[in-house]
Amino acid sequence: MQRPGMISIWFFIGALLLAYGVLICGAGIVEAISPSAAAAARAEANLHWDGVDNLHVAIWWGGLLIILGAIYTIKFAPGKGK
Amino acid sequence: MQPFTAPFAFLQAGTRLLSLSSVDLAIIVLYFIAVLGIGFYLKRYTKTGEDFFLAGREMTAWVAGLSFLAANLGSLELMGWAGAAYQYGILAAHWYWIGAIPAMLFLAIVMIPFYYISKTHSVPGYLKLRFGEPARAFSAISFGFMTVLMSGINMYAMALVLKVVLGWDISVSIWVSSITVALYVGLGGLLSAIFNEVLQFVLIWLGALLVSIIGLVEAGGWNGMVARIHANYPGQDYTHMWRTLGSFTANPMGIHWVGIVFGLGAVISMGYWTTDFLVVQRVISAKDLRSAKLAPIIGAAFKMCVPFIVILPGLLGLAVLPKGWLVGENAVNALHPHSYNEVLPIMLARYCGPGLLGLGITALIAGFMSGMAGNVSAFATVWTYDIYRAMFRKNASDAHYVSVGRWCTILGVLVSIGTAYLVMSFKSIMDYVQALFSFFIAPLFSTVLLGMLWKRTTPAGGFWGLFAGTVSSIGMWAWVKLDPSAIRYIALSPSAKDMAENMFRALWSGIICAVVTVVVSLVTKPKTDQELVGLVYGCTEIPSEGHLKLHQRPIFWAGVVAGVFVILQIIFW
Repeated sequence: MQRPGMISIWFFIGALLLAYGVLICGAGIVEAISPSAAAAARAEANLHWDGVDNLHVAIWWGGLLIILGAIYTIKFAPGKGK
Repeated sequence: MQPFTAPFAFLQAGTRLLSLSSVDLAIIVLYFIAVLGIGFYLKRYTKTGEDFFLAGREMTAWVAGLSFLAANLGSLELMGWAGAAYQYGILAAHWYWIGAIPAMLFLAIVMIPFYYISKTHSVPGYLKLRFGEPARAFSAISFGFMTVLMSGINMYAMALVLKVVLGWDISVSIWVSSITVALYVGLGGLLSAIFNEVLQFVLIWLGALLVSIIGLVEAGGWNGMVARIHANYPGQDYTHMWRTLGSFTANPMGIHWVGIVFGLGAVISMGYWTTDFLVVQRVISAKDLRSAKLAPIIGAAFKMCVPFIVILPGLLGLAVLPKGWLVGENAVNALHPHSYNEVLPIMLARYCGPGLLGLGITALIAGFMSGMAGNVSAFATVWTYDIYRAMFRKNASDAHYVSVGRWCTILGVLVSIGTAYLVMSFKSIMDYVQALFSFFIAPLFSTVLLGMLWKRTTPAGGFWGLFAGTVSSIGMWAWVKLDPSAIRYIALSPSAKDMAENMFRALWSGIICAVVTVVVSLVTKPKTDQELVGLVYGCTEIPSEGHLKLHQRPIFWAGVVAGVFVILQIIFW
């Protein structure tokens, strides 16, 4: 749906994913440099799988969100039609 | 990063699995800002009743299709079915495949033309056109009742997750999320609900998908996961969908293939996906008939993939969590503090660190809010058009009905909050919902289907069939509650369990509804063909799609989805 002047829902989604990607990727980099209290808390809660620490999931998942978010934000930016 | 607690200390009321970091909280806060911002932004585009209740009937196939599916991705999908997968194994995937795909394709190809051409604003509205006021009133009131109950269940489930994972107070969670939903749906109506559902759909996938990916890495792929489950639970089959359904006692669900195929596939799922206004409302908001037909097909394609983020985490829980760590709701105690229903957030906590945990929790909240918003927006439409306008004030201005719709949104949320507190006393969320479906949805499908496909069906037949089906379903449920041994008559076996009883009760109530409808119709006066134009097969001219290329036709894509569905059954047989 696109009424005249209405911002596309895909732009909102892109902008949010972009912001999330930056936050998550940043958190992943910080976590990789100096593991936080969160890892200790997970281990304490008997939930932790040690192997996940070596995967650096937050960095590549955050990177994926940045790419997706940037594509949608640019493609559906206000004033670019659909 | 240090846990961020100061301004949110009031939320950390009880014991919890995890603390959120400042990044996690920022992600959750951003989500709330986004959904509220969309609601405020869209208010300017929501002026007429058509805008507020049907999003202007301008949705593209993709937006309608994704919101059609997202409205169903509530707490029960994300948390309940992950828990069911931990409890029953891959059998839970039947609710996503045979329990959804055939019905969604049937809706697209057979039923949508009548909903769309009749220009009805709701399913009870179709019943009014086809069968008259009594059938509409009965359907609208039962739908309103079921909708607020469902909404309450959504709220309770969400609050429970937040309490278990984060230690947040249940009441605070319920009120904060409810007010948010009330605001954005009240401001922008269905338009806002649909836009937010698309956003929530994306977040649900991006937040929940990681659990499955990392879980498979830990378990050593699909084969490694199956081997671990067999090692943990020798002699039990949790990983095959059909081969254990020949006997009630051969599978953990205690169900027979007849109940799955006919009770779930032919009655409950057909009833839910083709007549529950919560989902149908999204489809009839499409901009044209082709988009309306494509929307459920797009929804079906994505629905087939949902087990990857819902069922698979439950199976992974069976594989990687200590045996017996999760127990039934009734068995929760100090030694076993966590139930099956908590498996998804527990798996999330197992794999996700700062940032990703916030995204995962946001996915859960998004799922809960999309389900809640779906219920509330559908409730506001049915209440305003099919109860308030039909029974109390027939000729008010369009602006008046929009205003009533906004107030109904607030009212629906408040009643749902009351329901959420009521639901806390029920032991099993899933069984409760299945019972509700079989009360109202199963008979409704028989009524609508006969109304659409058999022009001899009369108004009296439609009403009394619907009434008899609903009352008989409630009667069967009460019978088994009072005398548990009666399950041998309802589900055809003393070995049947709750889930099987629900399936068979739905089957019987659907059959009773159909038989009563046919019998009463045969002895009462039918409508003329002229009165049935646009409502019934044989009296309605369906627009031809002959001018479209093959890949542009809905029937082609329905065939593709049906083919993939069959292949999946064979792979996981």
